[in-house]
Amino acid sequence: MSLLEFCRWVQYSSPLIAMRASPWVFPVIATIHLMGLAMIGGAVLLVDLRLLGLGLQRQPVALLARDAERWLVRGLLVMVSTGVLLFMCFATKYYYLTFFWVKMAALAAVVAFTFSVRRRIVLAGETQVNPASGRIVALVSLALWTIVAVGGRYIGFP
Amino acid sequence: MVSLFRLFEWLGNTPWSVALHESRYAFLVVLTVHVLTLAVFVGTAMMIDLRLLGVTMRRVPVSEVMERLVPWSGAGLLLMLTSGALLFYAAPLVRYQNIFFRLKMAALVLALLNAWLFRRTVYRRIADWDRDPVPPRQARLAGALSLVLWVIIITAGRMMAYQDYWFG
Repeated sequence: MSLLEFCRWVQYSSPLIAMRASPWVFPVIATIHLMGLAMIGGAVLLVDLRLLGLGLQRQPVALLARDAERWLVRGLLVMVSTGVLLFMCFATKYYYLTFFWVKMAALAAVVAFTFSVRRRIVLAGETQVNPASGRIVALVSLALWTIVAVGGRYIGFP
Repeated sequence: MVSLFRLFEWLGNTPWSVALHESRYAFLVVLTVHVLTLAVFVGTAMMIDLRLLGVTMRRVPVSEVMERLVPWSGAGLLLMLTSGALLFYAAPLVRYQNIFFRLKMAALVLALLNAWLFRRTVYRRIADWDRDPVPPRQARLAGALSLVLWVIIITAGRMMAYQDYWFG
């Protein structure tokens, strides 16, 4: 089965047909998806602004990062679970949108980056990390999340 | 007396409103800015509210959270209100006659009122509870109310697009 055939199969499976027939299921899922955006936004900014010297400068990065990570993971769970449902509703549409694949690539990259490089830097503590590398990590994180977010808005247009 | 209906009808016929409404990209850019600023504005506001509820950054003084995050939240709010005003300006009558828009505006007024009241009352006595892991009841209430209102505002905002589909 090719990827396109798979998308078609998902989109036209009976549960998905039933979901699309409901006038409010898609809007409600899309709304919860937006709340996930706010959660991720808050959790990411809390740490990245601190790394850039624009946040809670009197607090150790590691302390903020441990707190923020909890909300980031929750936000990601909300975002990915609702995102998968939104995708399944119109899978073949997204299959043909280049920006959808750009968004997915950026998402994969930022999740991998956040839980490897960024995590090591923010949990290491100030003394072991030079501020410049912290700043670069924050900029990479913000840039990748911005691509994900803009891509999300872009693929939503009819 | 001029009715709001007449006022918005006139506003919708001004050249700039028509231009924005009929533009190919400008409207979509404004809409994108409006939606994505959510991550900055509600994101930072949410972290403040969660601190007021005593569920995050418990060891960080509330005043520091406020001092450092409110500027970001405020800048986000300004961008939100500006882009929102432009979206309204692009189609004043359509927005005015949207039930979810009215609900959203009512909730927005309550949210701003809640923030203002918080500043005027319990936050005046911040020195007494700045370092409390869990702030006093009145502060927790303000945080919870704020979160609920932003959820309503986001939901109503999203639902605005579906009025015609549901009730048309």
